[in-house]
Amino acid sequence: MGEPIVRYENVHKSFGAVEVLKGINLDLKQAEKVAVIGPSGSGKTTIIRMLMTLEEPTSGEIIVDGKNLWHMEKNGQLVPANEKHLRQVRGDIGMVFQHFNLFPHMTILENCMTAPIHVQKEDKKSAKERSIEMLEKVGLGDKLGNYPSQLSGGQKQRVAMARALVMRPKIMLFDEVTSALDPELVEEVLEVIRDIAHEGRMAMVLVTHEMEFARDIADRVLFLDGGVIAEQGSPEEVFGNSENKRLESFLRRFRR
Amino acid sequence: MQGINITITVLIASIVCGYLTAFIAGFCRLSNNIILRKLTGLYVEVFRGTSLIVQLFWLYYALPILFGFDLGSDFWAGVLAISLNYGAYMSEIVRGSILSVAKGQTEAATALNMSSFQRMRLVIFPQAVRMMLPEFGNYLIQMLKATSLVSLIGMTDILYYGDILRSSNLSQAPTVYLLVLIFYFILALPLIFLTRKMEGISKKGVASG
Repeated sequence: MGEPIVRYENVHKSFGAVEVLKGINLDLKQAEKVAVIGPSGSGKTTIIRMLMTLEEPTSGEIIVDGKNLWHMEKNGQLVPANEKHLRQVRGDIGMVFQHFNLFPHMTILENCMTAPIHVQKEDKKSAKERSIEMLEKVGLGDKLGNYPSQLSGGQKQRVAMARALVMRPKIMLFDEVTSALDPELVEEVLEVIRDIAHEGRMAMVLVTHEMEFARDIADRVLFLDGGVIAEQGSPEEVFGNSENKRLESFLRRFRR
Repeated sequence: MQGINITITVLIASIVCGYLTAFIAGFCRLSNNIILRKLTGLYVEVFRGTSLIVQLFWLYYALPILFGFDLGSDFWAGVLAISLNYGAYMSEIVRGSILSVAKGQTEAATALNMSSFQRMRLVIFPQAVRMMLPEFGNYLIQMLKATSLVSLIGMTDILYYGDILRSSNLSQAPTVYLLVLIFYFILALPLIFLTRKMEGISKKGVASG
């Protein structure tokens, strides 16, 4: 599969005096699907937020497609990245949030087509066509002119996915995307993610509490505990019979 | 009644300059530049903390004497005093509204690889403006009432003519001031209506939390 598309090198992250991540080393291969599980507060979300440039690592490096994300070279020295550099490197990354974060003052269609037009400088007509296509794909072709406030949680999350997908990312990050949904709306969102995953082109990192789902679509599962990757392997290995006591007790809570 | 046109022109000029001041000062207070932030902060506190009448007298009477700096006319002295004063109050609304747009909005815009300027222009500001509208409407009405102060620097607005009428016939004072009240209220009506409308607009399309 060649070079990893994302590499974490000994990444640490502290919030104030609390060290949440204590040295993360991770390679994400192209088109690989990785599920991140673990107790709340273990730093799962922080891992992908640092990749999306929403959170700056305290130390360590994140390499995206061969380029250092948080540092750039200046006169032969590594200096903290400026916005221009961040924008160059994060262009291939998309993210879907737990609380959707749709733009409430825009219609569904505008939510999707704004970034392609303004960020990628795509012409309006093709951005609109692709946005409509994408919204149809997630089953919302009849809601184009609606505002986010008129949609259910599941529909909002599907819009959020369409919005991220029209940017044609190579890496998609999913931050507990079903946690804020009513139970009966979870499936429609997972269905869309499953479809995207089966198309196979994108690398995906899913922070999730849906163990069944993680087992279903992930190539690899990471168990995060105490600020480090405590266990990782194929879904069979991790969900099967792991020796790790903490992982065992974590998984037991989901088996009831 | 004469004087209405003066009141209205002072009001309109104050509204335009006042909102302009509010936006400029509001953005300056959010700037990364600490000097700019502190200076605007000082301006806001000084103008909020002192009386509008005194500010008006300063601009009209004191400035020309102290610095030889003449604003040229009572009109601009009045407009400037009102817009600087209300601009200071409203800059706080601008600042507060921008800060209160949910953090997730900035994050979503970042995830779509927008620059910080695009985030502000496309995502944050349009939502913040909706939050500003109701408060802005209230200040609109207050500005109308503040225009009556320009009669004190000799401008011939509604109140000025009311005063003249009264002094020519003291027994008419209640009728005259009743009339003045009615005039102000009639002028305020469209503003009140506008405020309602703005509140309606602002209810739609804002992310909170």
